[in-house]
Amino acid sequence: MDEIFGIPAPLLFGQLLLGLINGAFYALLSLGLAVIFGMLNVINFTHGAQFMMGAFVAWMLLNYLGIGYWGALLIAPLIVGLTGVILERTMIARLYKLDHLYGLLLTFGVGLIIEGLFRNEFGSSGMPYRIPAELTGAWDLGFMFMPIYRGWVVVVALVMCLATWLVIEKTKIGSYLRAATENPALVQAFGINVPRMMTLTYGAGVALAAFAGVLAAPIYSVNPQMGANLIIIVFAVVVIGGMGSILGSVITGFSLGVIEGLTKVFYPEASSTVIFVVMAIVLLARPAGLFGRS
Amino acid sequence: MTQIDRRTLIGGAAATAAFGALPSWQARAQAANTVRIGVLNDQSGLYRDVNGPGSVACVRQAIQDSGITARGINVEVLVGDHQNRPDVGATLTRQWIDRDNVDVILDVPTSSVALAVNTIVRERNKIFLNSSAATSDLTGAQCSPNTIHWTYDTYMLAKSTGGAMVRAGGDTWFFLTADYAFGHALERDTSNFVRAAGGRVVGGVRTPFPGTDFSGFLVQAQASRAKVVGLANAGGDTINSIKQAAEFGLTRRGTKLAALLMFISDVHSLGLETAQGLVCTETFYWDLNDRTRAFTRRVLPNMPGGSLRPGMGQAGCYSAVFHYLKAVAEMGVPAARASGVETVNRMKAMPTDDDAMGQGSIRADGRRIQPSYLFEVKSPRESRGPWDYYKLLQTTPAEEAFRPMAEGGCAFLRT
Repeated sequence: MDEIFGIPAPLLFGQLLLGLINGAFYALLSLGLAVIFGMLNVINFTHGAQFMMGAFVAWMLLNYLGIGYWGALLIAPLIVGLTGVILERTMIARLYKLDHLYGLLLTFGVGLIIEGLFRNEFGSSGMPYRIPAELTGAWDLGFMFMPIYRGWVVVVALVMCLATWLVIEKTKIGSYLRAATENPALVQAFGINVPRMMTLTYGAGVALAAFAGVLAAPIYSVNPQMGANLIIIVFAVVVIGGMGSILGSVITGFSLGVIEGLTKVFYPEASSTVIFVVMAIVLLARPAGLFGRS
Repeated sequence: MTQIDRRTLIGGAAATAAFGALPSWQARAQAANTVRIGVLNDQSGLYRDVNGPGSVACVRQAIQDSGITARGINVEVLVGDHQNRPDVGATLTRQWIDRDNVDVILDVPTSSVALAVNTIVRERNKIFLNSSAATSDLTGAQCSPNTIHWTYDTYMLAKSTGGAMVRAGGDTWFFLTADYAFGHALERDTSNFVRAAGGRVVGGVRTPFPGTDFSGFLVQAQASRAKVVGLANAGGDTINSIKQAAEFGLTRRGTKLAALLMFISDVHSLGLETAQGLVCTETFYWDLNDRTRAFTRRVLPNMPGGSLRPGMGQAGCYSAVFHYLKAVAEMGVPAARASGVETVNRMKAMPTDDDAMGQGSIRADGRRIQPSYLFEVKSPRESRGPWDYYKLLQTTPAEEAFRPMAEGGCAFLRT
């Protein structure tokens, strides 16, 4: 059997692939964060809770209304996105003129409350959610056994990232968004309703988190902590990629997933810390992040 | 007007003095007849369902069933969330003992936290009744005359589940180990049984705790070609490992999973479709016999959601408090509070007997012994109702279930 750095090649390829899959989740989540930060200048610490809500809404749709995975993929982001719109209108909108720190504290607090409420209602062990019948099974790739569902996650995440990037960079509404980020007063003067745009942007960012939550439901245990476990890593991804940089967060998401996967082979104990080591190094060399503007 | 005001003022002051004196006198009388139990566990993280508020409900049930208040003894229950962090657990324990006069620290899942609490309680000569931590070091290298290890431990789990897997032909093992004191102890104890039975440990990974994605580790386990993947983890880690092992087809390709510590709430979360056929070891199952069913009926309305069936950690809290209060009733509150070691010695001298855990006894090293039960998770077809999850495969008698005292190396027994 061929070996690379003393590790059997098939094992290494397997880890690279798995890293890419985890990277897909990091990319999707950090994308939502980057969109929100870029537009609203708010560091949305509720993101993990909203990811978790996406998974739980999918579970509720199935168990209370009989709506399966495919329906949930569409409906759950809409419902959670709507709660995001309400949150933005009633609370976050009041903080735009204040320091970043206030937005961070508010969203962090709201996130804790949401997690606490779900924990009270559903406990900590989580709920079972099955992989949809169309995507069960696996491909034998020779070097590893690849569940079809995980392949689906990578493809969907890539499509979603590309679509978001296209909307923001190539469409008219995207150009309004970018202009409003640069100079909201001027854009408002042209008759564009900037506050509404900000609300919708927040809703869209939250919907992205919920979408990732639905994707995660069949893989991970659907439990109230699922977002908290992931969100710290995702923040590191956003910081490494450069706050607010969409392309940066997508590329960093995927590549950090791969780095994490490789660490699982060479030194598993460090696999949860390696991302923060990378973050420290990047911040020392480029304080604005890899793709950020200082 | 001024006179009335003055009179009111004086009268008010006198009344305040009188009322002020009364409660403090009452409080002193009460304090002389009060024992305090601090339930320290995970109220907000991945172990919440296997102990958390469920343990507290079981403690209150034990106080009620013991009938101790009818004897004029008050029992106060304090609840703390250690967040699975040894520093938080140690601080809370010190506060409770030094400031709040707590006599018993109870439950304490997460072995790293339990070992920290173990030391503090011994220094202060209080009582530590451990139900939910697993490390067998609590009655081995780090044993204490102030501690009773109540419900299960890594040696007993390793012997029952690990032994059964090896007997069924699983002679090569790969471990997924939660990277802290509990995981290390469970891996160590299980490896010893595997080797003693002629098996081999071909590899293992230490996974960061708590974890979410175990697929990378499972693929390594698969590459090792071991017949058994030993899960030396618990709670949410175990659930995610089993779920993802099914996803990556490990079980379909003939690899067996050994869930070395699994609770009924884990099975509930996984669903029978995924969990069927797994074997696990417990010292309590709600549907084991008439007594356990009667206990479950009484406590169920107060369990989280009114539906979560108690697991062995929670039932162990009931049993431990029930037995402790028996000792308090016999010794009287002042004597029971005076010295933790003396009270623990009294508890060791009495056999334990309650509805949840049945009959048992406590050894000199602090290990409570009782039979252990090897269960297999039913298939969806076999299950006849909600929470009907286990069928009993084998019972190990109390004397054989736990590590013999001589092998533990408990230091205080030698002095």
